[in-house]
Amino acid sequence: MATATIPRTLHDRPLEGIAVRVRGVTKDFGSGGAMTRALRGVDLDVPYGELLMLIGPSGCGKTTLVSIVAGTLQPTVGDVTVLGQVLAAMSNGRKVRFRRDNVGFVFQSYNLLPALTAAENAAVPLLIAGWNRRRAVEAAADVLARLGMADRLASLPSELSGGQQQRVAIARALVHEPRLLVCDEPTSALDAENGRITMELIRQIAVQPGRAVIVVTHDSRVYSFADRIASMEDGRIDAIAAGPHHVDQD
Amino acid sequence: MLWIAWKMLVGNRVKYLGIVFGVVFAAVLIAQQASIFCGLMSLTVSQIRDVEGPGIWVMDRHVQFVDDIKPLSDNELFRVKGVPGVEWAVRFYKGIGRARLQEGAYEQMIILGLDDATLVGAPAGVFLGSIADLRKPDAVIMDDAGYKRAWPGESYKLGRTFEMNDRRAVLVGITKASRTFQSFPIIYTRYSQAVLFAPPERKVLSFVLADAQPDVPSEEVCRRIEQRTGLQALTREQFLWKTIAYYLRKTGIPLNFGITVLLGFLVGTAIAGQTFYLFTVENIRQFGALKAMGTSNWTILGMVLAQAMQVGIVGYGLGVGLAAVFGWVVKGASRLSFFMPWQVLVITAVAVVVIVLVASLLSIRKVLIVDPAIVFRG
Repeated sequence: MATATIPRTLHDRPLEGIAVRVRGVTKDFGSGGAMTRALRGVDLDVPYGELLMLIGPSGCGKTTLVSIVAGTLQPTVGDVTVLGQVLAAMSNGRKVRFRRDNVGFVFQSYNLLPALTAAENAAVPLLIAGWNRRRAVEAAADVLARLGMADRLASLPSELSGGQQQRVAIARALVHEPRLLVCDEPTSALDAENGRITMELIRQIAVQPGRAVIVVTHDSRVYSFADRIASMEDGRIDAIAAGPHHVDQD
Repeated sequence: MLWIAWKMLVGNRVKYLGIVFGVVFAAVLIAQQASIFCGLMSLTVSQIRDVEGPGIWVMDRHVQFVDDIKPLSDNELFRVKGVPGVEWAVRFYKGIGRARLQEGAYEQMIILGLDDATLVGAPAGVFLGSIADLRKPDAVIMDDAGYKRAWPGESYKLGRTFEMNDRRAVLVGITKASRTFQSFPIIYTRYSQAVLFAPPERKVLSFVLADAQPDVPSEEVCRRIEQRTGLQALTREQFLWKTIAYYLRKTGIPLNFGITVLLGFLVGTAIAGQTFYLFTVENIRQFGALKAMGTSNWTILGMVLAQAMQVGIVGYGLGVGLAAVFGWVVKGASRLSFFMPWQVLVITAVAVVVIVLVASLLSIRKVLIVDPAIVFRG
């Protein structure tokens, strides 16, 4: 049973204190004989102030689940409530604005704009929000400085190492102070040392009261940074275990 | 966000130059060919433009363009003069004769015969000799391009003689004149002299040049002349456009140039469209990331259109500039007709706008349908 390890009371738990609530989410791709079911009735709660890791083998539905939580993918069935907002009730435009204002992304392949400097890349969410370019780049430079990148502000992504690029991506994800940070395999392209540094930075800066972090990973070296670890298998959450940082909120 | 669009565009130098090249190619070809076409068309009416003074041209009712001479009887001059509203009217001869130069060579020449008394229609650009010298016996004034053609490599020398229809012609002046469609030398002489230079015909009057009284519109006088004489009377502008319309309608010139312009348009669109599409495909993950981070489809649309317009403006500027430089260089170094009126710039601009819009259509579709979740796929 997919939700076997989730307490029965979870379904009835009040929304207060919960950043992300996923209920009965199923996601199908394709139709007819070619249909693939990526998620099969997933239930999940992520409280504020928590770093949740989604782990599991390739193709188990981690990325699909995180895409749905981030509002970039529609579930076939089920409800998703993020920061108190029911995603299904939002128009596309409202969802776009919601993401812009509330969600930060760290992608596996960084997705930095190659023509922009590190500071400019990190400033992109602020530019999307309509900030003046100079102010946005200054704000981004501050965040980059906190991530130890003060001396690489004017570097292009091609001039940065993988670890440095990932720090720029983290700065970009945090610069607009989102309440939900979604990280997709943030350490998969990094060596052990850079992976550890990256996770430390994410924990240090993003794990705050009033914020939540979801990290998709199958890098077992970084499990120790989680508050809880949800392991997925075949489109279901198999088990949720407390990580080393877990503080019981019940 | 437009700034990001611009940085994305110019960040990839090779693609950027490829797209710009496509637009430049099209703009150069369109502007250059259209300008050569306009140059050719202006040649067809150069003699109407060069005859200053008369506002009305009267001719046989079947004349279709300025070189389509259907001689009139000399009496027609007096009939035109008798039409109310005509301020004055004079004879004008236009024909082609064969000149035998002193060296024994023959040269076809355009003969323009001006009214003996008034010399109406005399060239305005005489820079050697004077118009008054046309009153001397056998006097002719020749255009400078014609002089260089008749006596290549020789310096200007007044007093030179040659034969026209076994009659002596004496060069008394050199003038600037617009080149004609046939590119023959032009000689200006008195009407009475011109008819002697030309092969004999029963009727010799080519046109009656007239002008309207100040208080009567030229169009009204034209109408009266046609009504009373049965001849065709046109204002200078009307005759000019009638001549151009004849060449547009009856010759393959517009078609030939049109094909080249169309080819430039299509090839430019293909190059720019393909490169722009590849540029978009290459950046599709970046566009996906921007969408995931909360950039609306409208903003993305604006970004792609801004990129397209930026390419269009640069391509247009370079293309039209290169075409103008080409015209300037070639016009000075050869006899190529090149005339770039503002309409050519507008037509080229419209073509470039269409090219960049067509080029960006596929890209727009691509970025609008891209799923922001693409960024979560490895």
